[in-house]
Amino acid sequence: MSVASGPGTSRSDLRREQGRWLIRGARPLGGSPADILIEGGRIVAVTESGRDGGDGQAVRDGRDGRDGRDGGDGRDLDPGGQLTVLEAGHLIVLPGLVDLHTHLREPGREDAETVASGTAAAALGGYTAVHAMANTDPVADTAGVVEQVWRLGRQAGHCDVRPVGAVTAGLRGSQLAELGAMADSAARVRVFSDDGQCVSDATLMRRALEYVKAFDGVVAQHAQEPRLTAGAQLNEGVMSARLGLAGWPAVAEEAIIARDCLLAAHVGSAMHVCHVSTAGSVEIIRWAKSKGWRVTAEVTPHHLLLTDELAAGYDPVFKVNPPLRTAADVAALRAGLADGTIDCVATDHAPHPAESKETEWAQASFGMTGLETALRVVHEAMVSTGLLGWSGVADRMSVRPAAIGRIGALAGGPDATRHGCPIAPGSPANLVLYDPEPITPVDPAAQASRSHNTPFAGMKLPGQVIATFLRGTPTVLDGRLTG
Amino acid sequence: MNRHLISAADLSFDDAIAILDTAEELARLAERPIPKLPTLRGRTVVNLFYEDSTRTRISFEAAAKRLSADVINFSAKGSSVAKGESLKDTALTLQAMGADAVVIRHGSSGAPHRLARWVRGSVVNAGDGTHEHPTQALLDAFTMRRRLGRLDGLRVTIVGDILHSRVARSNVWLLRTLGAQVTLVAPPTLLPVAVDGWPCTVSYDFSSVLPDSDVVMMLRVQHERMSDAYFPSVREYSRRYGLDGDRMALLPDHAIVMHPGPMNRGVEIAADVADSARSTIVEQVTNGVSVRMAVLYLLLSGSRGPDEPALASEGDLVPAGERARSAAAAEAGR
Repeated sequence: MSVASGPGTSRSDLRREQGRWLIRGARPLGGSPADILIEGGRIVAVTESGRDGGDGQAVRDGRDGRDGRDGGDGRDLDPGGQLTVLEAGHLIVLPGLVDLHTHLREPGREDAETVASGTAAAALGGYTAVHAMANTDPVADTAGVVEQVWRLGRQAGHCDVRPVGAVTAGLRGSQLAELGAMADSAARVRVFSDDGQCVSDATLMRRALEYVKAFDGVVAQHAQEPRLTAGAQLNEGVMSARLGLAGWPAVAEEAIIARDCLLAAHVGSAMHVCHVSTAGSVEIIRWAKSKGWRVTAEVTPHHLLLTDELAAGYDPVFKVNPPLRTAADVAALRAGLADGTIDCVATDHAPHPAESKETEWAQASFGMTGLETALRVVHEAMVSTGLLGWSGVADRMSVRPAAIGRIGALAGGPDATRHGCPIAPGSPANLVLYDPEPITPVDPAAQASRSHNTPFAGMKLPGQVIATFLRGTPTVLDGRLTG
Repeated sequence: MNRHLISAADLSFDDAIAILDTAEELARLAERPIPKLPTLRGRTVVNLFYEDSTRTRISFEAAAKRLSADVINFSAKGSSVAKGESLKDTALTLQAMGADAVVIRHGSSGAPHRLARWVRGSVVNAGDGTHEHPTQALLDAFTMRRRLGRLDGLRVTIVGDILHSRVARSNVWLLRTLGAQVTLVAPPTLLPVAVDGWPCTVSYDFSSVLPDSDVVMMLRVQHERMSDAYFPSVREYSRRYGLDGDRMALLPDHAIVMHPGPMNRGVEIAADVADSARSTIVEQVTNGVSVRMAVLYLLLSGSRGPDEPALASEGDLVPAGERARSAAAAEAGR
């Protein structure tokens, strides 16, 4: 990528300026090259490259007409040389990614991550919106806490932060949190989850599903039957038996998913399944969807690529909840994501300080970072394998998660807060430019996250995020943060 | 031989035989007036015990001292993270003190693997969580070979809480390597769900396998397993999976009864069985010292300085590598 600034515009002036941008020659959804003109935070024109002889003429004179603007009035779309041209000849352009499952750790564990550092990591990974999980300290179970997280996100400015509200007060699983107050707050919470804890009480889960219907909410369940996973450490199977680690049976996840699909159907509400990790879960969700029930699901990048065999050396960087499963599960998850049974990829980005991982396996914390590697891992697991094209990637990493988070193209609320919109005139200019060519090892030290617990350290993965635009403002340029 | 002894699964046939043969030679040392060798003089062996296990610690301590090593006992009970210094910091401390070998007993599976990343010396696993206890398996194999004269083709039945037993795991891997046939007997609740993939057979009917067993190894059953609903009551467990006099009578005449200790007399093993002539339980303790001497010798003698005498120069033993080669040759020629 090269950035050619107009006269009088120094590189530093580009920082966080919602200027006018012409992204030239990038391939929307991996298709044929196009020129994308951004103005006022929106895409105003998308023109096939080559139709204009490569000089952007079509964009400038508005001949295209697809932009819906009156280009025939002779108005100069490049007044005063303020237009910045970004030569993006070999880059893929996707709608800005949306993560439904991010742990930003603030408030409470600012040693592991802050809203600022976590959203910086998100921007570098190509994300323009993240959903911040509720298991902070204090728990995000009141309007006050979710508004604090939301405001910290706005201040940092790397991407939109959508707080997730706790389902139960203090994540204790005994009493509903004030879901309505969080929904009505400035943070406009729509996704509720006790993630980290399962809402295991069937009655409480039923009530939560019913209650959120009043404000078009969705309950995101961390499916883990607690009695089947007391002290559990690793997927129950060949590896747990050999390593002598307490087994984490697939049925502990599948039993809850089956129950909650039935509950969601019974009360006619929307249920989202967090981090699906087993082949059996995919089957159950496929069945529930075939009934027309309002069930959606996510899978993490690490469950698409890694297996429990990595636990052989007892390095807790591979310890995660739900645990890494078998190669058969990985294959089923990939197939489920490819055929749409699993709606989206969500990172479950879970930063932990070094001392939480440099321990014995059983003492270590569960979790892996993922924001900065997600797109590359999906490239490796889904695109390189031929299971998903780039339009599929856009659908699973932007369009569908935005819809589930109630910030999609058809969502209510302010128009400008929408994500996962088509790369077309009128859409908010939330975009990621991705170079699919380089293959480089993952370097934890080079990441923006405050924590380095990536299971992909040293692994060679394809691709690199070159630029991220949030409503027309570059948050990342040349693979580096702009602010 | 590897630098560490962490898992019995890591031992090759030659490694295992070398340890058993070395232990056999060292056992003879115990019969001398002064049962001590200068072999590991100036070397430091640390016993790092995160769990109470007096018998295992004493066994390692005796083994190291009979080889003239300096022994430091470091008792660090409880969760390392919850109660202060982390395992990593402890490891760095031991490293700074110049530990040549760290013998670790820990309640968490895999702790020795972690330790091996943080220290330069050899790590010997003296039992980690529900994972492995390789020197126990080695002393068991040593005892079987002494009593029955062979390991290849030996029919070994291991009975009890296989799911949580590090002794069972180490024995399954080591006995597989040494050519024995292992049968596991346990209530289905106390077997790993993936036990199908292990190199052994499984039975739920204890009495039926006894006539075809050369060795019966009884494992300690923990009372707390009952509260987790692994079995209905201690009495029922004892009736179905305990070894009493009646069951012992089903064994062939030559068969032996083993137990790694400590025993629950009257639960998994009746008192008259434990004290019978078939029982090798006390012998196992004696053999444990010889086997642990062999392990320390083979791990540490490779790291000696150039001016220090090898064990062979004492006139008692041939070098470990040569012995391993001759053992392999002997096996190949069988």
